[in-house]
Amino acid sequence: MKLLLKIALRNILRNRRRSLMTGSAVAAGALATLLFGGFAFYIFAGLETNNVQRIGHLTVFRAGYFLFGAGNPAGYGIERYHDVMTLIGNDPVLQPMINVITPTQSLLGIAGNFSGDNDASKTFIGVGLIPSNRQRMRRWDELRTGSIPPADSRLSDQDETRGLIGFGLARILGLCRALALQNCPSVPELPESADKPSPVLNEDLGELARRDRGGNSAGAPHIELLAATVGGAPNVVSLTVSGAEPQAVKELDDNYIAMPLPLAQQLVYGRGEHKVTGIEIQLHRSEDLRVARARLNTLIRDNHLDLDVRDFAELTPFYGQAVRLFSVIFLFIALVMGVIVLFAVVNTMTMNVMERTNEIGTIRAMGVRRGGIRWQFVAEGWLIGAIGASLGAALAFMIAALVNRAGLTWVPPGNANPVPLHLAVIGSPALVIAVWIGLVLVATVAALLPANSAARLSVVDALRHV
Amino acid sequence: MASALAIATPATPATSASMAVRLNQVARTYRAGTIEVPALKNVSLEIPFHRFSMVIGQSGSGKTTLLNLIGCIDAPSGGTVEVCGQNVAELNDDATSDFRARNIGFIFQSFSLVPVLSAYENVEYPLLLIGTPPAERRERTLVMLQAVGLAEQARQRPNELSGGQKQRVAIARALVKGPQIVLADEPTANLDSATGASIIELMRRVQAQSRTTFIFATHDQQLISHADELFSIRDGKVVEHRTEAGR
Repeated sequence: MKLLLKIALRNILRNRRRSLMTGSAVAAGALATLLFGGFAFYIFAGLETNNVQRIGHLTVFRAGYFLFGAGNPAGYGIERYHDVMTLIGNDPVLQPMINVITPTQSLLGIAGNFSGDNDASKTFIGVGLIPSNRQRMRRWDELRTGSIPPADSRLSDQDETRGLIGFGLARILGLCRALALQNCPSVPELPESADKPSPVLNEDLGELARRDRGGNSAGAPHIELLAATVGGAPNVVSLTVSGAEPQAVKELDDNYIAMPLPLAQQLVYGRGEHKVTGIEIQLHRSEDLRVARARLNTLIRDNHLDLDVRDFAELTPFYGQAVRLFSVIFLFIALVMGVIVLFAVVNTMTMNVMERTNEIGTIRAMGVRRGGIRWQFVAEGWLIGAIGASLGAALAFMIAALVNRAGLTWVPPGNANPVPLHLAVIGSPALVIAVWIGLVLVATVAALLPANSAARLSVVDALRHV
Repeated sequence: MASALAIATPATPATSASMAVRLNQVARTYRAGTIEVPALKNVSLEIPFHRFSMVIGQSGSGKTTLLNLIGCIDAPSGGTVEVCGQNVAELNDDATSDFRARNIGFIFQSFSLVPVLSAYENVEYPLLLIGTPPAERRERTLVMLQAVGLAEQARQRPNELSGGQKQRVAIARALVKGPQIVLADEPTANLDSATGASIIELMRRVQAQSRTTFIFATHDQQLISHADELFSIRDGKVVEHRTEAGR
């Protein structure tokens, strides 16, 4: 083996220019595949982090909510949800895995801004949450993407009337000036002939909400939220808008409202039993997801609970779509690079066999078996592949390090705000090893064809070769 | 100069063969398209062990074909080839390779050294093929290089050696494993006459020391005087066999 590799290495060095060209092709293949792979891995990590920060790894719903709950979130409330959370949180298997467990309430309704000269209203998609738990969830960064949002005091456990709205919704409701939002145009004046909501109705709604909140938060921008309770009666609450937060998708941006859970429950359940539509569970480590989900299902089954568990990938189909898209592009690039390496190595090794035909005859005459000849050329292909892939990996490390330190930012799919552009090459040993092994394997297999030709040569014909 | 006794001597043949080579009605025909070209025609001969045998004939007479058959790198179209008592036809390809590795050394007209290996490594190569232990390998390699007068050039690559030096390395490589038979096909053809003479002298000397069976093919009539056994070949047939008296 030592002799085999020694001869292989020396032959590679002997044909420096040819070896350099072939090795460069392998290195370029490794470089391109690793850089894109690092980028794709970073996107996967970013998407996962974004989702897990937002909704956790797993969410427990009332059975049927996942399929039908969007039409009537209030109708799928989890009863005695504190008991369910205690059951989950105290489970000896789940407890060490869980980072945050928090209830949420989804709701639909109409938001209106009837203060001053405004009389705008808009349907909204709301979520009630516990602000301190939201903060803890947003600090999750197991995959070290560096995209941890800054601490946000606009939602607070202490003030149950304060909420955040989507940037688009703020614009639609005419809150740009009140919230001092940049790049947010004010609502234009409507012509006199345009239909306007009844001022009497607006005043009534405003008065109703003021009574409901007991006249607090006077002076702060606030909106009225109208929704149907579980019993079907209309209910109104007032929300003090503490800020606007851009959402990644325009439809959500134009409809989004986040508010403290008690306010959402008050709106949906009124004086009835307060329930939640989901219990979000954020784990310390994503790799525990499968075990945690299985354990949750066991708990639900053993306690005869009418609940269902979904993971973040199911709840955000975009995550799976993006992962599949980037995976396909990555495979395509890897395939193209593999084909280039294949042809480069076949060409080089074929030339090597032709040039060394007499040498093949000589060492066969000396007693080297056909298999020995085959291994000799396969070893050369392997070595070219290994050297080229190693050089490519080293280059990829350097370029990735430069890009990562350049402070570039971009807005990834599913994000509303720019995040640092990062190439996850160094932190992805599995990717590096897979690309290295893949390219070396291609180079080795490519060498097999000419190596077999060399092994099949007749000794006498090889010795006659000039 | 190394002790003559230190040069590897051939092991005792596995069989009780009395002859190093025995050819019985051996024919070899090459095919060029639809034309068949007979290179050897029903040749029968016996070459004894421990002799310096010479096959002499004009270019195209069949010398190289004969050596190829004896060296087990070619197969006859007819007849049987026995080398060291082994019917070569009974061996498969790998077994034939192993047989060559243990029993036969080759010296080629064009030296045919492995260009990426040093003189030392070229000589060591056959020992690696037969699994000689490292310490013994090193000792035998150095002794052979000393025997051919190239101890100083051990680290040099073939492209740094003269033609005569290359052929000395080739001789050392052929002899280092202590083969039963060394086949030399026109080993002086690419050398000037003085160098060629020194190579013949060297081969004669190491043959005498090692008692290896040498079979030497040449077209050069002037070399006849070196032969113990002489086989003249013409048009694929052995036309004369002469044993030199007193040798």
